[in-house]
Amino acid sequence: MKVTVDGIEVDVPPGSNVLQACEAAGKEVPRFCYHERLSVAGNCRMCLVEIEKAPPKPFASCAYPAAEGMVVHTDTPMVKKARRGVMEFLLINHPLDCPICDQGGECDLQDQSMGYGGDSSRYEENKRAVKDKYLGPLVKTVMTRCIHCTRCIRFSTEIAGVSEMGATARGESMEVGTYVEKALTSELSGNLIDICPVGALTSKPYAFTARPWELTKTDSVDVLDAVGAAIRVDARGPEVLRVLPRLNEDVNEEWLADKSRFAIDGLRRRRLDSCWVRVDGKLRKASWNEAFAAIAAKIRATTGERIGAVAGELADGESMLALKDLMAGLGSANLDCRQHGEAVAVGRRDFYTFNTSIAGIEEADAILLVGTNPRHEAPLINARIRKRTLAGPVAVAGIGTKCDLTYPVQWLGEGPAALSALGTFGEALAKAKRPMIIVGQGALRRPDGAAVLAACWKLASETGMLTPDWHGFNVLHTAASRVGALDLGFLPEPGGKDLAGMMGGGVDVLWLLGADEFDMGRIGAGTFVVYQGHHGDAGAARADVILPGAAYTEKTGTYVNTEGRVQRTRLATFPPGEAREDWKILRAFSAGFTPLPYDTIEALRARLEQVNPVFARLDLLPRFGCSDHSGPGGEGGLGDAPFAPVIANYYQTDPISRASPTMAECTTTYIAPLAQAAE
Amino acid sequence: MTDHSDQPSHFAFDATSEAEIATILAKYPSGKQASGVIPLLYVVQKQMGRLTGSAWVPRVAMDVVAETLGMAPIRVYEVATFYLMFNTAPIGKFHLQVCTTTPCWLRGSDEVVAACRKVTGIKGWKETSEDGLFTMTEVECLGACVNAPLIQVNDDNYEDLDFDSTVALLESLRRGEIPPRGPVNGRQTSAPEGGPTTLTTLNFAKTE
Repeated sequence: MKVTVDGIEVDVPPGSNVLQACEAAGKEVPRFCYHERLSVAGNCRMCLVEIEKAPPKPFASCAYPAAEGMVVHTDTPMVKKARRGVMEFLLINHPLDCPICDQGGECDLQDQSMGYGGDSSRYEENKRAVKDKYLGPLVKTVMTRCIHCTRCIRFSTEIAGVSEMGATARGESMEVGTYVEKALTSELSGNLIDICPVGALTSKPYAFTARPWELTKTDSVDVLDAVGAAIRVDARGPEVLRVLPRLNEDVNEEWLADKSRFAIDGLRRRRLDSCWVRVDGKLRKASWNEAFAAIAAKIRATTGERIGAVAGELADGESMLALKDLMAGLGSANLDCRQHGEAVAVGRRDFYTFNTSIAGIEEADAILLVGTNPRHEAPLINARIRKRTLAGPVAVAGIGTKCDLTYPVQWLGEGPAALSALGTFGEALAKAKRPMIIVGQGALRRPDGAAVLAACWKLASETGMLTPDWHGFNVLHTAASRVGALDLGFLPEPGGKDLAGMMGGGVDVLWLLGADEFDMGRIGAGTFVVYQGHHGDAGAARADVILPGAAYTEKTGTYVNTEGRVQRTRLATFPPGEAREDWKILRAFSAGFTPLPYDTIEALRARLEQVNPVFARLDLLPRFGCSDHSGPGGEGGLGDAPFAPVIANYYQTDPISRASPTMAECTTTYIAPLAQAAE
Repeated sequence: MTDHSDQPSHFAFDATSEAEIATILAKYPSGKQASGVIPLLYVVQKQMGRLTGSAWVPRVAMDVVAETLGMAPIRVYEVATFYLMFNTAPIGKFHLQVCTTTPCWLRGSDEVVAACRKVTGIKGWKETSEDGLFTMTEVECLGACVNAPLIQVNDDNYEDLDFDSTVALLESLRRGEIPPRGPVNGRQTSAPEGGPTTLTTLNFAKTE
C-alpha cells in the first residue's frame, strides 16, 4: 500500500494506520494515547495530521486507516495550529508542578509542549484537582496530572489481564482509577509507570530519588527469573536506583515483571561486604587471606570425594565454571545446581530448554501447561500466552493446581494421571498444527520427576508437537542460572554425589555458590560450609566461612535464559566493600591448589565456549524444529501426588528480593491476605 | 470517590427483580449478556426505591450486576458513574430533576427552582432535604420543551409549571398524594392551551 507523507512515498502493510505510515516515512507524530502494543483509543487528539482529498479537517492519525494513494501532511500550518490547540486543552487542567514531578525530564507532555505549547496560558479559571488513588505499594499516583489518555486502563485490561482500572464519571468529573480502593493484582503493574505519558503514575519506591539526567544507564539482563528480560540499570554513584525494561521483541517486548523492576532496593541491604570466618561458633570479620587459609586448612584435611559444591539460582556461567574447574582440581565429583532435586535430562539440550521460544508462543495453537503457574514463575511468558489467547482461538489447558492465569484455562487434573486423560483437550491437540507443552518445575521437583519428564516428551512426540520445523516441547525454569549450569554440566560427575548425597554429612567441605534455597538444616553438623555470595541469607547464616561476591548488577556475567538464550549482564555499580566478582574469588583461591588456567574474563569465556559451544552465540537464538523423537529416559512409574506450585510468594523468591523492603511490602499487601483467607 | 458511610454491606435481587432480569437477559444472545448492564442497573435502582424508599445504586449492587453478567466490576462502575440517571449516593424519596436548559430557562425555570428551594429548604444541587423526602438535581434537557418548564419527579414528568403550581405539587407530594403526571395546568399533553387554535373551520364529521 503506497502512502505519501510530506512528499515521501512509503510502502506500508495493509491494516496500518496513518500514524504508522508517518513513522515509516520518518516523520515524528506527537501522541499520548496511542501505543503500538495497545488497542487504539484515539482520545488525546495530539496526533492530528492533514489528509488530501478528505474532508478539510485535521485527522487523528492513530485512528485513521491508511489507504492506497493517500497523501498525508504532517507539517502544514493547519496541522501545527490544530496540535497547538489540543496541547492548550490538555494543559488547561494539568498542574505546573514539573519541578516536583518525578516524570520531569522524561515526560511526553513536557517534551511535546516544547514543540506545541504556548508561551503563556490564556486560561484564567481554576484548575481541576483530583484526589490521588491508591494502586498498591508499587505505583504512586498524582491524579491531577492525568490527561485521560487511558493507556493504563488499556494496559491493565489487555496486557496484564486484570480488569481493575477504569474511567469513572464523565466530562470534567472523569477520573481514572479503580473506583474501589484496592491494590492492582498484577505482576506487571510496574509497566503502568512506563506507559503513563505524564507524571500521574510514577514509581512509589523511586519517588523523589533522582532525575533521569543524573543517572548512569547500563544495559543489562534481568536474573530474578529465568526469562532473562532485557533491562537498563540506572545507577547514581554506588547505588542502583531503578531498573527499566529495554526493548527485546524476542523476550520481554517492552515489559518487565514487578519483582525484576522493584526488588533492586534489596541490592543495598543485607549485603556481604567482607569475609567472615566462624570462630568458636561465632562469625567474625576476616581478611581474604584469613578466609582462604581457613578453607584451605579444611580442604587439606580431607579428600576430594568428601568435598562438594552447590550452585545457586543467581550464579553466572563464569563463576559456575570456575567452581566446577576448582572442584575438578581438588578431585571432587560432587556438584549440583538443583537445590530442590529437580529431575533433568541432559542427554540433549532440548530436553531442558524452552524450545518453542518465547516469541514462538504467538504461533502456537494449543498450549498444555504441566505443573506450572507461569504467572508467578515467569510473568512475561504468561503475558505472551495471554497475548496469544487474545490474538485468536487457542486451546489452553493446565495440569496442576488451579490458578487464575489471566486467560481461560481448561483444567484437566492435578497430577500426572491427567497426562493420559486429556479429554476434549486431546481433540483440540489432534487438530492443532503447532501445539506446545510447557513443563514447569512443579512437575519435575518430585520423586517421579524423571518419569513425568519422559511422559511429557512422549505426549509431545505422540501429539505432533515435534516436527522438523516446530519444536513444541518446553521446560520452564525458575532459576536464572539453571540452563547455564546444565549447559556447562554443573551436575554430579560420574560417581559423584548430588545435593541429597552431600547432605547429612555426605561431604566434609561444602561450597555454596549463592545457594540459599534448600533447607540448611539438612547439612550435616560436621560439614564445613563455605558460602560465596552477595546476601546474608540462609546460606550465609549456616556458613563457616563467608566470601563476599557480586550481585548481577555488579559484574559482567553470562546467563542463559530458559529458552537457552545466552546473554550477559554488565557492571553498573561496583561490588560493595571487600566484595569481588565471583570468578575472581575462585581464581584467587585456586592459587593455593591447582591454579585455574585463566587470568582474565576473556580467557574464562574462551574456556566456557570450549566446554560448550553454545556460549559463543550471544543474544541470538535461531528457531529450530525437532526431527529426533527419542526422548529422555525416565525410569520408574508416575506417582499420583498432585503437582504442587513451586512459588508460594512471587515477591520473595531469592536473596535479593527477600532483602528488599519493597518486596516485603508487596508480600504484606498481596500475599498476607491470601494466607489469612486460607486459614 | 466512594463514600463508604452510606454504602450497605450487602445487596441481593428480590423475586420481582429476578423476574425482570430474566425478561431482560432473554433479549441478548448468549455471550452478549454484558449488554444488559444498563437495564440491570435500572432494576437495582428501582428495587432500592421499592424497598428502602431511596432509589439509588449502591456499590455492592454494582458488584452483583457484574457477577450476574460475567463482567469485571470496574466496567459496571464505569457505566453506573457515567450516566447521571444512576444515583450512586442515597437520595430522597422524591428525586426532583429540574431542567434548567435554555427552553425551560426562557419559560421560567428560575421560578421553578426558587419554588423547590422554598418548599424543600434545600440550598444547593444534589442535596437532600432534612426530612429526607426531596433531593434536587439540576438536569439538562429532558426532551419535553413544548411543556417547559418541567420537573421530572422520579420517573414522571410534571410540566407547564410556574412558581405556585410547583409549590402546590411539592406540598401534595409531601402529604403523600401523588398528582397525575403531565401538564399541571389542565392542558391535554402538548396540545394548545384552551383548545385548538388552527384548523378550527374544518368539519371532520362524515358528510353524506
